[in-house]
Amino acid sequence: MEVVEQEKIVGVINEKFDGEILQTEMLYDFLTITLKKDKIIEVIRHLYQHPSTQFQYLTTLCGVHYPELKQIAMMYQLHNLVSNVQVRLKIYLPEENPTVPTLTPVFAAANWLERETYDFFGVIFQGHPNLKRILNVEEMTIFPMRKEYPLEDQTREDKNDTMFGR
Amino acid sequence: METATRTYSMSEKPEGYEGTGFFATSLEKVVGLARKNSIWPLPFATSCCGIEFMATMGAHYDLARFGSERLSFSPRQADLLMVMGTIAKKMGPVLRQVYEQMAEPRWVISVGACASSGGIFDTYSVLQGIDRIIPVDVYVPGCPPRPEQIIDGVMKIQQLVESESLRRRDSAEYKAMLNKYGIE
Repeated sequence: MEVVEQEKIVGVINEKFDGEILQTEMLYDFLTITLKKDKIIEVIRHLYQHPSTQFQYLTTLCGVHYPELKQIAMMYQLHNLVSNVQVRLKIYLPEENPTVPTLTPVFAAANWLERETYDFFGVIFQGHPNLKRILNVEEMTIFPMRKEYPLEDQTREDKNDTMFGR
Repeated sequence: METATRTYSMSEKPEGYEGTGFFATSLEKVVGLARKNSIWPLPFATSCCGIEFMATMGAHYDLARFGSERLSFSPRQADLLMVMGTIAKKMGPVLRQVYEQMAEPRWVISVGACASSGGIFDTYSVLQGIDRIIPVDVYVPGCPPRPEQIIDGVMKIQQLVESESLRRRDSAEYKAMLNKYGIE
């Protein structure tokens, strides 16, 4: 991505949300903008509507757990299909109470993606129309992609650490 | 060197009294013989073991030789539930319902490491063996097992079917076993 393009996107955010950007970096040739968490939905809506960005396609969104930071990051990846430009927005939420407003009013496609993020990371999306587990069994009590939960099935009694390296 | 003189046939004649123009044996043995050679399997194939099962049904291995050429894709008409492949925890209730829909007498064969024990998928989302939710008669090891092994498993089922008492499914022991799984 050219520097001009990067500066344009950062400029569009700054013109309405000055001071929201914490960090801008190029990761594997992918513009990644870390923001303060409170106005993330407004920023995405602004990038959607602004004529010079028009990020009108939500590629994906997901969570990332950083146990050493005691934070869960939310990652939103947006795409302008006309100019074929992509951007990644990242916010950090506290581990003990990861809450963020839902993106569904801007992108209907966020519905299932947010349910998946809730299912695996326990992120609460305020205002989501149907926030329940989507992939795991409904009786599950843990959020399995958080690092404090072990990968292995905990109901087994015939496997132990010395024999199976669990 | 001693040579085997025994001849093998698909179905052996049961014990009984024989004379000119008649053969008498117990009803149980006749029923066992009939059931054994007309098992309708229901394939519940979720992954690679299912591919091995396709080979088992093909002309080269041909499960039809054992009286199982007619697969039943409805549990209500099936005798043998063949579970082949990884069963995710979310699939568990589905498998259980399929089992419950089968009419007695019914048998279950667990094909491959995943169905039998979870296999390599020692993880929060995979059922660690189908015997946690339904009773299993025969386990076929392998990852995946070869068609010969699947046939061997089906022949083990045939032995069970042949020798099963007609009243076994009414026994208190059998009901207690089902109750342990919370069925009925």
